[in-house]
Amino acid sequence: MTTLEDATVTPVVLGGARGGPDTPTLRTDRYWVQPVITVVVLTSFVAYASWAAFVNRNYYAGKDLGRDLISPFYSPCLTASCVPGASHSPTISWWTISPALLILIFPLGFRMTCYYYRKAYYRSFWLAPPACAVSDAHGSYSGESRFPLILQNVHRYFFYFGLIFNVILTYDAILAFSQPGQGSGFGISVGTAVLCINATLLWLYSLSCHACRHLCGGGVKQFSKAPIRYKMWKFLTPLNGKHMLFAWMSLVFVAFTDLYIRLVASGTITDYGFHF
Amino acid sequence: MAEEIIRSTQSGKVTMRLWRGDEEGGDFVEYVMPAQEGEVVLDVIHRVQATAAPDLACRWNCKAGKCGSCSAEINGRPSLMCMTRMDTLDTTVPVTVAPMRSFPILRDLVTDVSYNYEVAKRIPPLAPREKTADEVEAGGYRMAQIDVERSQEFRKCIECFLCQNVCHVTRDHEENKTAYAGPRYFIRSAELEMHPLDTNDRRQLLQEEQGLSMCNITKCCTEVCPEHIKITDNAIIPLKERVVDAKYDPVAWLGRKIRNRTKKTASEAAALAPAQGPAAVMPPGGVHGIPQPHSGGTTVVVEELVDVDVNVLSDVTETPDPTSPNNPNL
Repeated sequence: MTTLEDATVTPVVLGGARGGPDTPTLRTDRYWVQPVITVVVLTSFVAYASWAAFVNRNYYAGKDLGRDLISPFYSPCLTASCVPGASHSPTISWWTISPALLILIFPLGFRMTCYYYRKAYYRSFWLAPPACAVSDAHGSYSGESRFPLILQNVHRYFFYFGLIFNVILTYDAILAFSQPGQGSGFGISVGTAVLCINATLLWLYSLSCHACRHLCGGGVKQFSKAPIRYKMWKFLTPLNGKHMLFAWMSLVFVAFTDLYIRLVASGTITDYGFHF
Repeated sequence: MAEEIIRSTQSGKVTMRLWRGDEEGGDFVEYVMPAQEGEVVLDVIHRVQATAAPDLACRWNCKAGKCGSCSAEINGRPSLMCMTRMDTLDTTVPVTVAPMRSFPILRDLVTDVSYNYEVAKRIPPLAPREKTADEVEAGGYRMAQIDVERSQEFRKCIECFLCQNVCHVTRDHEENKTAYAGPRYFIRSAELEMHPLDTNDRRQLLQEEQGLSMCNITKCCTEVCPEHIKITDNAIIPLKERVVDAKYDPVAWLGRKIRNRTKKTASEAAALAPAQGPAAVMPPGGVHGIPQPHSGGTTVVVEELVDVDVNVLSDVTETPDPTSPNNPNL
């Protein structure tokens, strides 16, 4: 009987000298462009999101503007410090600073542990490696086998939390069709479209997640014995192929959504629309 | 740029900057060759061999991107020389061709890739389940196409070892070679882990012995694969998720307990193995370091995975007992 433990005893034979040119890379193309773009976009997003989270105002366009639009950075607004109308649920009284700080932990964790973003920031920030066939910038390397990077394995839990947030943000998008004090109280505005697109992109990002694909069917040994999970896996696989696209689109658009609502709530721009 | 390339081709010359040397050292040597339309890099290398440098060493075989012999680094990008068209390169400057960086050099563009074969020995072979009564009667295993199609993608591998070469885990850290199987062998493990007949649970082995967690999924293996196997998305990440199931996810663990999962760990598989007959297969002489199965019982010979359609007999065939009355050769 062969056991897997038996299979580990063969040492890998090392020997011989490496040859070839001793240079970090022979690439002559502009391999650095992609990491630079990644650094610029991710740094800009983190800077904007941090500012938006700490500023703690102009995140809700409410009844006084004839709208019900809340920024995704502040939803669900669960703390006692939420502005009137923004909260639809019992509040946490002991949290007195910005409610966004309580919320952003989860999407931040989801994206930080995402298999795509890991590739992006390992390449662009950690330079391990900056590009294919370009030497990485570290003397030793242990990958994700030790603390703290071993914590990347919690990705699926952030995925579960992400689904809860997607449901909440979808509910927010539905609420965005209400226009209190305007005609029948129901209408469509640019803000409605923005929140709907935002929720759609976040769903696409979550459903195309590698952990989602695995949990829905990828972990099944025999698809023929699990036809429903096979169908789910089959549906999610092409979405998974576009995970990078959805990751960037949803990231940029969630920031845009916050910015749009911030501009509307502060009175800088008008949320054009119509009501029934 | 395109116009310059056309002008350069029209000028009729291309400069090949080839690495010449061995384990003692070496340097680039430039060869100016007449440009010819429709050539790949390997064609020009052959013309250099035929004219300016008959002693230039270069490994090749099929010239069709299927044997995986002519792997090299062309302008720094790991590629097959036979699949890289000259008209995709900027020939206004010298075209650099170097040997694969991750393996010991033999001479010029040829490296010793036997390290990979040593790693291959550490991959436990298929350990098929017992046949059902129907399968015994039919003479072989039955598998549905949807159960084997995931593994079939990985069978496209031509073992060019470009993925093993580009992976920075060993490319930039030689010391990791003893603890890291590399992308080519992760797809081999994925192929077996996803195989409907395999009874081994390979997750612990992957995590603790084959260095799966050292992969930081930067996808270079996928980028260089000439067979366009989605190594990272379809093999490495699914394997990582399976390791999470086994090791880091208490919910999945509880689910397995409740559902009384049928998959066996290595130790359980050993304890529950039938008294007669091996649960795994050894090549003749056994794999080095892995004991031979006990003699007696049915001998199972695993050949290679072939296209299997629904309810078509599989590639795993049984060698009939020569003394059995059911032996068709009698």
